Amino acid sequence: MRLLAFIIVTLTGAFLLYGTTEFPDWGDPNSPASLHVSNYYIEKTYEDTHAPNFVTAVVTDYRGFDTMFETAVIFTAGIGCFLLLRDFRGKKEHYYQHIPSGVILHVKDEKKLLPIGKEFGYMDKEWVPPDLINKTVCRILIPFIQIYALYVVAHGDYSPGGGFQGGVIFGSSLILLAISYDLKTLVERVKEKLLGIFAALGVLIYAGTGALCLLMGGNFLDYGKLAPLIPGHSGHIRALGMLVVEIGVGIAVMAVMTLIYINIVSEGRHDEGL
Amino acid sequence: MENYPVLIVVAPFISGLLAGLFVWIEKRLSYPIVLTGLFISAFSAIQVLIQVIGSGPIQYKLGGWSPPIGIEYRVDLLNAMVLCLVSGVAFLNLIASYRSAEKEIGDRTGSYYAVYNLFMTGLLGVTITGDLFNLYVLIEITSLTSYAQVAMGDRDRGPLASLNYVFIGVIGASFYLLGVGYLYMYTGSLNMADVAVLIKGSQGSSTVLVAFILCILGIWIKMALFPFHVWLPNAYTYSPVIFSRVVAPLMTKVMVYVMIRLMITVFGYDYIFNTLHLSDAVVWLATIAVLAGGVMALAQKNLKKMLCYIIVSEIGYMVGGAWMGNQLGMTGSILHILNDVLMTFALFLAVGNMVYRIEKVDITDLKGLFGKMPWTMGGFVLAAFSIIGVPPTCGFFSKWYLILGALEKGAYHFAAALIISSLICAVLFFKVFEICFFESGSPGHEHSSHGSVVIEEAPVSMLIISGLVSLSLIVAGCYSGTIVNTIILPFLK
Amino acid sequence: MSELLSLVIAKYNYWLYVILMMIGLYGMIAKNNLIKKVVGMNIFQTAIILFYVSIGYKTNASIPIITTADTAHGAVVRAADYINPLTSCLMLTAIVVSVATFGYAMALAVRIYQRYQTLEEDELRMRLSKE
Repeated sequence: MRLLAFIIVTLTGAFLLYGTTEFPDWGDPNSPASLHVSNYYIEKTYEDTHAPNFVTAVVTDYRGFDTMFETAVIFTAGIGCFLLLRDFRGKKEHYYQHIPSGVILHVKDEKKLLPIGKEFGYMDKEWVPPDLINKTVCRILIPFIQIYALYVVAHGDYSPGGGFQGGVIFGSSLILLAISYDLKTLVERVKEKLLGIFAALGVLIYAGTGALCLLMGGNFLDYGKLAPLIPGHSGHIRALGMLVVEIGVGIAVMAVMTLIYINIVSEGRHDEGL
Repeated sequence: MENYPVLIVVAPFISGLLAGLFVWIEKRLSYPIVLTGLFISAFSAIQVLIQVIGSGPIQYKLGGWSPPIGIEYRVDLLNAMVLCLVSGVAFLNLIASYRSAEKEIGDRTGSYYAVYNLFMTGLLGVTITGDLFNLYVLIEITSLTSYAQVAMGDRDRGPLASLNYVFIGVIGASFYLLGVGYLYMYTGSLNMADVAVLIKGSQGSSTVLVAFILCILGIWIKMALFPFHVWLPNAYTYSPVIFSRVVAPLMTKVMVYVMIRLMITVFGYDYIFNTLHLSDAVVWLATIAVLAGGVMALAQKNLKKMLCYIIVSEIGYMVGGAWMGNQLGMTGSILHILNDVLMTFALFLAVGNMVYRIEKVDITDLKGLFGKMPWTMGGFVLAAFSIIGVPPTCGFFSKWYLILGALEKGAYHFAAALIISSLICAVLFFKVFEICFFESGSPGHEHSSHGSVVIEEAPVSMLIISGLVSLSLIVAGCYSGTIVNTIILPFLK
Repeated sequence: MSELLSLVIAKYNYWLYVILMMIGLYGMIAKNNLIKKVVGMNIFQTAIILFYVSIGYKTNASIPIITTADTAHGAVVRAADYINPLTSCLMLTAIVVSVATFGYAMALAVRIYQRYQTLEEDELRMRLSKE
C-alpha cells in the first residue's frame, strides 16, 4: 500500500510540475494572470465601489455571488454536524462535587439529580478544576476579543478583515469561554436555539440583500440599486452594501463555528466536553 | 421577466435557509416553504426553456457586472433542458418522499429539508453558471450537502460511507480547482467564454494540457466513471430514500453535463479531438466502464446496490458518446442525459416505495411483490424495460444514437459493449421479476392466505408520482425525435 | 543540472506547493488512521491555497489596499503597485470550503468512533466483514 501510494504520489507530482514548466517566473508582474481582469480590479475598484480594500470589494461585490454560496457552505457544515451528532437523550451518569468537603459523588441513577447550588457543584467526567488564573485572564480577555471581532467586521472594506475573519474571531471568543470554564457555562449563556437561528439568519441577510436588489429593479446583488433606500450616500452605496453582507457573513460564521465546536466536543449531547 | 435565470437558483436557496430558520421557531412550516421554493424554481426553469427555444441564449449578469469582471449566467438550450430536469425532479421527489422522510428521518426533517434544498441549489447552480470558479463553489455545496445526507441514512454504515465519499470527493474537487488555477495562470480570466477565446491557438502549451487533464479528471472522479466509482455504490445505498431518489438520477448526470460543457464551451472540439487525439483512449475506458458496471451489478444481492452499479455502467454510455468526436455520439450522449434522469428516477421511486413497505430490499426479500404492490411493480417494470432499451420507451432511442455514433467512428467495441450491457440488464431485471412474480412471499403465512394476496401499497402520493414518471418514459420515447430536433441539434450547430 | 537548479529557484513556490500537496495526498492514501487521513486531506487543500496565492504575487508590490493618503490626493492607482486581489479572494472561498469539510469530516469521525470504538481502517474493515 505504501509503495503504491508513493508511486501514485510521485507520478501526480511530476505531472503537476510538468504543467508549471511554462509558467512565468514566480512574482513576475507581467504574467498573464496579473494582467487581464486583475488590473481592472486594482485600477477601477475605488472608482466603482469606494472601498479601499480591493480584496473585500472583489469578494463581496464583483464576485459576491460566490461568497454567498461560500457562506452557505459554512451553514451546511454547521447543520450537517447538527444532524449527524446531535443527541437529545440525556446522559446516564452524573458527577457532583460536594463543595464544602471536596468529595466527588458519582450518581449512576439517571433520574436522580442533586440540586446544584452552594452545596453541590456539577462536574464533568474528565474534570479538571478550572484554574483560577486561566479563568480570570480569559474573563478579562473575552470582551476585548469580541470588540476586536466587531472592529474586524466593520472595517472589512478599509483594512484587512471582513465577515469571515471577524466571525471566526467572535466564535473563538465563545470557544475560549467553553475552554476556560466548561461547556455548560457556554451552553447556558448562548442557547443552541439562538445559534441555530443566527446561522440561518446570517446567510439570509446576505441572500436577502441580493433579493432586495432584485425588488429594487436591479440584477441580483447589484448594490447600486439600493441607493433610494439610504438617501444621501449614493456615492458609497456599494461600500454600504458590502458592509451589510459582511455583517451577515460574520453572524453566520460565528454561530456555525460555535455550533460545530459544541457538537464535536460533547458528541452531540451538549452537556460536557473539552 | 428578465430575472427568471437567477430565480431558478435563488428561490430554492432562500427557501432552504428559511426552512433552516423556521426549524427553531415553527417546525411544521419548513416543508411548505421548501416546496414553494422548488416550485418557483421549476416554474422559472420552464419559462427560461421556452424563452431560450424562442429567442436564443440568455445572459444574466450577477451584481450588474459584465462578464470577465463579474460572474455571469449563460443559459443555452442544453443548460435550459438540464435545468428543467433537475428542478422538476427535485420538486416531484419532495412530494413523493414526504411520507418516507417522516418515517426515516423522524424529528429532524425540518433541518433535513434545508439541506435538501441547498443540495438542489448546488445542482441548479452548477448547471446554469458560466464561470469556472463559481462552478467549483457550487460543486462544493453539492458535495458537502450530499456528505451530510448520506450520513443520515443507515445508522451504522452511513457515516463510514460518507467519510469515504468525503475523501474521494475532496480529491476530485481539488483537482478541478487546480485545473482552474492552471487555466487562470495561462489566461488571467475565469469566465468560460472568455477563457475559451484566450486559449485558442494554444496547441502546444503544457499548462493548458495539464489544466485540461486536471479538470476532466476531477469531474470524472465526481461523476464516478469506472476506476473512480468506488465511493458511489456504498454512498447511495446507505443514504435515506428521499436522498437516494434524487442523487441517483441527478448528481452523475449533472456532472456529465459539466464535462460536456467544459469540452464544448471551454476547451473546444478542435483542441480535444484534433490536437490531443484522446478520443480512442477515452472510448476504450468508457467501454470498460460499461462492461464493468454491468458485471459488478450481476454480483449484487441488494437491489439498491445493484441499481447503483447499473448507474456506473450508464455513466460509461454517456462518457463514451461524448468522446466519440462526432455529432451522432454527442446527440446520443445528451439525449441519454435526459432519458437516464427519467429512467433512474422512475426506478428509484419504485425502489423507494418498496423500502417504505418492506424495509430491506435484498433480492430475496422481494418474493411475491407483484401481488403485494402491483402498481409499484408496474412502474418498476416500465423503468426496467427502458434501461434495457425496449423500443417504445425512451432508453431505446438514446442507445440507438450512441450505437450509430460508435459505428460511424468505427468504435465497434463500444457498440458491442452497449449491446452486451443491454443483455446484462435484461438478465438482471428478469431475475428480479422472476423472484417478485413467481416465488410467493412470506413463507410463514403461506397456508393461511392461500389464493388471496393482501395488497399493501405505498401511500397514494408516492404512487401517483411514481406512475407519472414511469409513463413519462414512454412519452419521452415517442417525442424523442422532437427533442433531438428542437433542443440538441440546434445546440450542437 | 544547473539549468534544473535555476528552474527550481525561479519557480520554487510552485515546487513547494507540489511537494506539500503530495505529502497530503500520500497521507490520504497510505495512512491507516482516519484522523490522519483527514489531516492529510487538509494539507492537500492547503497546498492549493499556496498555489493560488503564488499566482497572485508580484515582486515589489504591496497588499491590495489603498492607503488613505493616496486617495485623498487623488493619486492614480498603478496596477503594478498592488498584488493581484482576485487570487486572494478566490482563496478566501477555498479556505472556507476546506474548513467546512474539515469540520464535517471530524464530526463523521466522532460518529464512527461512537459506533465502532476505533478509527483504524483495518480494524473497521474487520468489524464490517464480521457483521
